[in-house]
Amino acid sequence: MHRILTIKILLVAVFTAIMINGGLELYRHRHFQLPMVAGAGITKVKKLSDYCSGLKGTMADTYVFFLEGKEQGGKMLIMSNTHANEPAALLANLIFLENATVEKGTLILIPHFNHSASRNTRPGDGYPLYFEIPTGWGGKKFRMGNRDASWLDQWPDPDVYVHYPDRQLLSFIDTRNTNRTWPGRPDGPLMERVTYAAMQIIREEKVDVAVDVHGAETMFPVTNCIVAPEKSMRIATMTSLTVKAREKFDNHVEPSPSGFRGLSHREIGDFSDAMPFLLEAPIPFLDQPTGPKTVELLLDGKDPFLLSLSKKGKLFVPYDETGWPMDKRVGQHTSVILELMRQFTKKFPEKPIEQKWRRPLL
Amino acid sequence: MILYYAISIYLIVLLVWNYLKEKKSINDLVLYLLVLLPLILRILRVK
Repeated sequence: MHRILTIKILLVAVFTAIMINGGLELYRHRHFQLPMVAGAGITKVKKLSDYCSGLKGTMADTYVFFLEGKEQGGKMLIMSNTHANEPAALLANLIFLENATVEKGTLILIPHFNHSASRNTRPGDGYPLYFEIPTGWGGKKFRMGNRDASWLDQWPDPDVYVHYPDRQLLSFIDTRNTNRTWPGRPDGPLMERVTYAAMQIIREEKVDVAVDVHGAETMFPVTNCIVAPEKSMRIATMTSLTVKAREKFDNHVEPSPSGFRGLSHREIGDFSDAMPFLLEAPIPFLDQPTGPKTVELLLDGKDPFLLSLSKKGKLFVPYDETGWPMDKRVGQHTSVILELMRQFTKKFPEKPIEQKWRRPLL
Repeated sequence: MILYYAISIYLIVLLVWNYLKEKKSINDLVLYLLVLLPLILRILRVK
């Protein structure tokens, strides 16, 4: 009797120690505050809940930054962290937030579009909790997020996600994926409220161009590209050709499928006057056949298994010993966004979007 | 969502009850605690 009681007490002690140790790390990660520096170009700061009251007080509410030019012009919305495990998108958005000054038109930035996902992680997949980017003033620490919103904010998942309003049946997990819940509704699940708030920004602020920035596996065909529906195709094609000629990197154009619902590049175009674009840059970290999911792999994109697959022609992007480093991915996103601005201004000269960097980028 | 938290608490009570009543199998004791872990982390809103 005494023996079993002793074993029970010991087991409870061991499991409590494991739970406190692991739980504290996850709690700290969820509540880690990422400093965001609003640059000199920021003229107004709002929140998503200003456009959908159902987000107020929830972890899905997030900041919306406005950079308004002295002269009127077109309006561009840039969203990143739609999938918070694709951090090159966030870093590209923060470059605009910290450094851009708009001269003509308006830039609207949402750095943490799926804010709940940015506070979630995948310990089962061995994801690092944080990563650090070296800067001229020391390392800047970022939370590593997840593809989908946290169960702590939207729970339970349905057996099947029935997309609104098309009623297409999608995977249950996509109910927490803000690139499947467009165009959303004000009283739907939390992630539908997030996309509904963005649709309201697009409609109320009369946004002309909506850019959703992502990253995709090197073994996935829709990578290193601009995804665009019919209405955005001309500008996407011109952008792709221009960056190839000017900066020598491939960024092909993929047509947005009309039968697959819930995606930003499909629903924004169908439910508003804006032209949507979805940008994909390769992120080897997300590929399945890699080594450990380390911070190094996230930042330099070097992996021996992917290199071997590349030699066998199994990847959809060029890949060699130099990997696919973070600065290249962020630079690619930034270049494509700037070129989208130029091409839009060229096509609609009455609605120019022109910005300049506040200071040289470090 | 509140209902699912109530279900989690109910399952925790059942597991603790079974843990206390178990007299022989150490394997079962370990399994009860393993199942308990994610439920406790969920009601504490950690993960």
